[in-house]
Amino acid sequence: MDVENPQQVIVAEGLAKSFGDVVAVEHVDFTVAAGETVALLGGNGAGKTTTMAMLLGLLIPSKGAVRVFGAHMVHERHKVLVRMNFSSPYVDLPRRLTARENLTVYGHLYGLHGVARRIDELIDDLQMAAFVGRPMSTLSAGQGTRVALAKALLNRPELLLLDEPTASLDPETGDRMRGYLEAFQRDTGAAIVLASHNMTEVERLCDRVLMMRAGRIVDEGTPAGLIAKYGRADLEQVFLHIARDGEVLAG
Amino acid sequence: MIRAPSLRRIGAMTLRHLYVLRRSWPRLLELAYWPTMQLVLWGFVTKFFMGHSSWVATAAGVLISAVLLWDILFRSNLGVALSFIEEMWSRNLGQLFVSPLRPIELILSLTFMSFLRTLIAATPAAFLALPLFDVWVFSLGLPLAAFFMNLLVMGWCVGLAVSALVLRFGLAAESLCWLGIFLVAPVSCIYYPLETLPPWLQVVANALPAAPVFEGMRAVLFDGQFRWDLFWQATGLNAVYLTLASALFLKMFEIARHKGLLLQQGE
Repeated sequence: MDVENPQQVIVAEGLAKSFGDVVAVEHVDFTVAAGETVALLGGNGAGKTTTMAMLLGLLIPSKGAVRVFGAHMVHERHKVLVRMNFSSPYVDLPRRLTARENLTVYGHLYGLHGVARRIDELIDDLQMAAFVGRPMSTLSAGQGTRVALAKALLNRPELLLLDEPTASLDPETGDRMRGYLEAFQRDTGAAIVLASHNMTEVERLCDRVLMMRAGRIVDEGTPAGLIAKYGRADLEQVFLHIARDGEVLAG
Repeated sequence: MIRAPSLRRIGAMTLRHLYVLRRSWPRLLELAYWPTMQLVLWGFVTKFFMGHSSWVATAAGVLISAVLLWDILFRSNLGVALSFIEEMWSRNLGQLFVSPLRPIELILSLTFMSFLRTLIAATPAAFLALPLFDVWVFSLGLPLAAFFMNLLVMGWCVGLAVSALVLRFGLAAESLCWLGIFLVAPVSCIYYPLETLPPWLQVVANALPAAPVFEGMRAVLFDGQFRWDLFWQATGLNAVYLTLASALFLKMFEIARHKGLLLQQGE
């Protein structure tokens, strides 16, 4: 937690990242509290993935700083990585290993006690028994997404960063996974940061939404609050309004 | 405070690569295949030279021992570089570095995997040399362990330097795995004495650990003596190069964090 405010899991201050002349993120400030689920929303190139990479310490900001559980993510990330986890369909697990082998390796990397027992729990919870013994290269996209989610939940993280967590899942499985994430958060009080293009998912899971455009947070609020503020039918309409360079309303 | 590397995380990374090897018998076969083929080829070359070269006739095992030791260097380099590139092929670097795995632990796991791969590769050829060509490389005795360790560590240095460059410049640079080690082959004096080289190249050769190892091997085979001076020369150079190669890898890792390369790597 942040040393000045023990409730703050993430404190991002003045974050900026440029790649040469290209500004990916600038003037990004936000906090995430324990037990809170926050969505990063924005069109392609809005800066969500760059922001998430800086939260994870995989990317060093050009300006500003990120503190997670009070640790500076440029220099002190190894103090807190064991309390975090991450899932993204754009970052693979080794395809020659089976799902169980991958989870075993990561279970040891996270220093779990009772790795096999924890994996068995997740196999039951995420209904992976039918394919956990198969190499990742033979799994469908949806099955791979479930394994990636299981890897992200292995260490019962206090901070979970999810990039498109239910991408490639059929509606029934996606709904089940969202239910599981809700229960996980209820049981553990974890903070979740979510980047998703599924607005129904965001409305259901998230307490707060950060709307990004051209590398900046242009608006934020609760899903219901943003819908009301923009006078739209749902969050998707708000997203489209902002993503298409619509006026950002004050207040 | 500097924390000691975690043996458990190093073990987890070793397990990750052992899973791949266990499942892939063609890979295991391939590991042992090349050294064995080299042995057969150079075994016949030796047989031919035995009747035509007094130098080879003096020490029958010199070419075969040289080829087996060169393969240790070659496999050790590949053991590090290919294990690292495997992570890039599988787009796994992002996952690894959001886990508590530290770069130094990755380096240690790569070197341990290199040790295992080198043993798997070199052992069958070393044993086959006896029935096929009547050469028992283990007759080198304890000096063999000294040669093995020094060549293994030099292979790690080259492998780590190549991995660092692949991390920085992407998979377009992966052919350096094979090119890098052959760049030092001519000045390693594998099959010929150091004095064969022109004086300026001898200076270069003496600045690398491989040449004193192969010179030391010939001293054992021809003169029956273990040259401690050559051993310490190779060991000292390896200590310097291993430090430099590790520092280069860590530097490239930091550059990768600046440039956002850890999430982008892959085929």
